[in-house]
This record gives sequence, structure tokens and C-alpha cells, in this order.
Amino acid sequence: MSIEVLAPGLATTVQDDGRVGLRHLGIGSAGALDLYSHAVANLLAGNAADAATLEVALSGPRLRFRKPARIALCGAEIDAEVDGTAIPGWRPVQLPAGSTLVLGRCRKGARAYLAVAGGLALPDTLGSASTDLRGGFGGVHGRALAAGDVLELGAEGVPAVERLSIAPWWIDGTPDLDLSVPSRIRVLAGGDATAPVDALFTGRWRVAAASNRQGLRLEGDALALADMHERISEPVAPGTVQLPPDGCPIVLLADAQTHGGYPRIGHAIRADRPRLAQLRPGDVLRFAPCTPAEAHAAACAQRQRLTRIALAIDSRRGADA
Amino acid sequence: MTGFTIERLGEEALLLRLGERIDDDTNRRVHALAAVIDARRPPWLCDIVPAYASLALFVDDDRSDPDDDPLQHAERWLQAQDLAAAGDRDPGHQPPLEIPVRYGGEHGPDLEAVAAHADITAEEVIALHTAGDYRVAMLGFAPGFPYLLGLDPRLAMPRMDTPRARIPAGSVAIGGAQTGIYPRESPGGWRILGRTPLVLFDPARPAPALLEPGRRVRFVAATDDEAA
Repeated sequence: MSIEVLAPGLATTVQDDGRVGLRHLGIGSAGALDLYSHAVANLLAGNAADAATLEVALSGPRLRFRKPARIALCGAEIDAEVDGTAIPGWRPVQLPAGSTLVLGRCRKGARAYLAVAGGLALPDTLGSASTDLRGGFGGVHGRALAAGDVLELGAEGVPAVERLSIAPWWIDGTPDLDLSVPSRIRVLAGGDATAPVDALFTGRWRVAAASNRQGLRLEGDALALADMHERISEPVAPGTVQLPPDGCPIVLLADAQTHGGYPRIGHAIRADRPRLAQLRPGDVLRFAPCTPAEAHAAACAQRQRLTRIALAIDSRRGADA
Repeated sequence: MTGFTIERLGEEALLLRLGERIDDDTNRRVHALAAVIDARRPPWLCDIVPAYASLALFVDDDRSDPDDDPLQHAERWLQAQDLAAAGDRDPGHQPPLEIPVRYGGEHGPDLEAVAAHADITAEEVIALHTAGDYRVAMLGFAPGFPYLLGLDPRLAMPRMDTPRARIPAGSVAIGGAQTGIYPRESPGGWRILGRTPLVLFDPARPAPALLEPGRRVRFVAATDDEAA
């Protein structure tokens, strides 16, 4: 049971929920940037929410399925075809053996997640199948997919289907995933204040082309710090908003380094990171201030919605069977 | 006495700050505090990440109780601990790890430049570099990259204006007042003195990083034969 990579797409990587507890060794978390879409795709395919998926960035791969498969695509709105038939996202799709799935451009949003029933069978590296691009390990040889790669699937086979079968029901990703722009991202206070203190929130920010899985680089009216003293390297985390000397903030994402010397002017909250992950170069966003209690409540609410989605998918699958 | 301030690092971590400067005493206290916290490690504490003068405690935030903010919980736990004596401990109880280095030549293309900058001979650079008693202040930049404190100040040299595109794995280098070792081939702007055959980082090993934070290190000059 395997998938053949006919064309790799722009930057397609294997990701799961990432690594925990290794930042003291300089090892970042990696993992899906949009953990929400990643989880829903897995649930729709019949996997555990944290199984490994393919994270497709901006432009997708061409894949051949040697055996029948059940797949689901969530996250960005992406052109997707199975042997010439367009398939929609956010629902289970059954493929007959020998199908070719062509993922084109992301029309809205930046990252789509492809889950396949049974999960991608990849060796666990330091507790995760996620690709660590900076460290060069995990996923498929520590790199993005390349033409000719073969991805093995987990043991679970799915019933053979004669023809492509698209479920008539789907999951609505809102409010956790809202692909409309300008996006609104809530931010907790960081250790360093800007001058004026609300400058991050009054400005409009545009995502720069140099953004990647390490961080979103933003362009806009340069920010200044309230206190210009020199800083030494301290631990940082995904979500940390750094302010380099050029005054343009960088929002760290899952591939962030473990330490950084730039001032930290805020932290994007977890519940809004799926939206952050979907921002494309040129997209506009605004930041809104947030308290720790609001951030925690938002994270809990998102987790509860995911739990309800899991239950709904389970009962729907029971009814379909 | 280990005095520190507590700041939130987003929703995931508390940042304990022991100082604002890079110096050996502060960093020694960071690792002593890390060791004491590690010895009492509660199950929700998933990572203890030291830096030069600070320590991040990453907590498991996978809780669903909206009334129980995990960082508040962590802060209460921290305040209930008696950490007053933590700074008096010496965390470097293990003997220093010896790191063989082939200095100069193709292994250390910047050895002569460091010597010229310090106005001493290349042999004196090697003598000073191998005489040092270093501590892994933190691992960062790349998986397993150790930032070592303890460089003789005479060897300090600013980074290159234009970083090299490709520095071989195992390169032992100087960046400002620090010395470090590149675990993997990568771009970098530090001045390369030599190269070690030791593998600093291997994700397939049970302990992927050769050097843990706080570990003491010495460099030993090796000939090509010895280090092979």
C-alpha cells in the first residue's frame, strides 16, 4: 500500500503534531503549521487527529495511489482533481486503486493538508514523523517531497471502490479557520514594549515573500521599541512576535529556532495560529490585543469544537456504513 | 541566592530571567536552577530550556479546563518551591568532555586570521583555545549547536561581515566572545579554527545531542591520525 510522488509540489512536507520537550537541545517543534486543518483532515480520513499528513504549501503535488484509499483535504482552498474529476475539501473521498490525485494551486489560504486513511507510515524520529527542514531529519529524509519518492501507508486497508466516491456531507472549518483577509490575529503582550505601546495593533501588516515555516515576515510602518537597550539570546516559542532592528515584525511559526536575541513584542495566540499559517505572501493582517485568560479560553473552545467534530464524523460514518 | 523574575512566553512557557548579561556566574546559576527544577520535575513540565541568563519552562498546555490556566498553575508551583539555595550548587559535576580538534589548514581556514586579529601566533591561538574550561551555555541556532562560554578574551573576534555559504559539520569556530561547534553543514559567519570528528548531533541516537546544556567541555589539539 503506497503512494508514488509523480511531482512534488512547491514545498510539500510530512507533518504531524510535532516534537515536544527537545527545545533544550536546540530542536524545534516542527509539525503542521495549521494544526486545526491537519486534525480535521485526519478525522475525516478515519485517523487519529495527530497522524502524519502531507502539508502542501501554495502549490501541490501529483500523487498516484497504487491501492484504494480514503483521503481528506482540509485547510487552504486548493484545486484538486482525481483523474480529471474535481474533488472538494473537508470531506472523505474514496479513491479506486491506481488513481492519480493532482493538487494544483491554493486559491485561498496557503496550506492544505492531505490525510490518507491508515496514516503515512514513516519512522518516528525523536518522537515524531514531522519533517524538521532546518535540522534535516524526520519526514522523508528530512526534506520536502521529491519526484520519485514513495510513501508507505499504515496497515489499515480500506474497502475497494470501483469509482471515485465523494461523501455528500462535509465539515465547516469556521470559525477556527477563516481564510478571509485582512486576517485578525490576537496577540498576548511580550516582554518588550513598542513606542507608542499600541503601535503593533494600529498598523496594517503585509506578509513578505521571504516568509516560510520558520516565520512570517511582515511589512508595514516600521515599529520602534520603548526601551532600546541591548538584549541577549533568550528562549523563544512558536507564536513569538520578534522585532528585528529594521522595525518589521516576524511572527515565529512551528519551525522557529529555539532561541532568539531580538526583542519580543508579543505572542500570537494558539487559537489563531491556523489562520496565521494560511496567510500568503502579500496578504494583509491586523493584530488585536488579548489577555492570557482570553487566549486560554479561545484555545479551550477550539479544542472543544474539534472534539465535537470528531464525534460528528464518527456518528456520520456509523450512519454511512 | 537565585533571584529571578518571571515573565510569560506566550501560552506555552514561563521565562525565568536571572540576569541581562552574558557572564559565567549568571549562566552557572541558570544551569544550577535548571538542575534543581529538573530534580523535582512535575509531570506537566515538558521542557526546561536554558539560555545565557534565563530559563524557559515549557508546560503541557493540552488541558481543556477553561478555568485552569496551565501557566498560572506552573507559576504557583514555582513559587511554592524553595529555590533559594539552587544558585550555590555547581551544576558541572561531570568531568569536562574532551573534544579533539584538528586546528588550522583546510580544517580551520580562519586560524591565521584569528591569530592576526589577536596579534599572536597560530600556535598561541591553539594553546589558548585548548587551555580554556568551557561550559555549554545553551544549545540553539541549529539542533545540537553548543554556545560555549569560557573563551579567553584575547581570542574574541567579531563575526564575518558576509557569512560563508557552507561550513562543514564539526567546525569549531569563534563568534565574538564565544566559541561553538557546527553540528551540521550550514551557512555561518563564525571564524573557523578547526574541525572535530565527533558527531555533535545525530537524531538516530538515544541522546541526539553530544553536549547537554550546562556540560563542561575542553578542546584537545589532535593530529589528523589521532582524530581519524
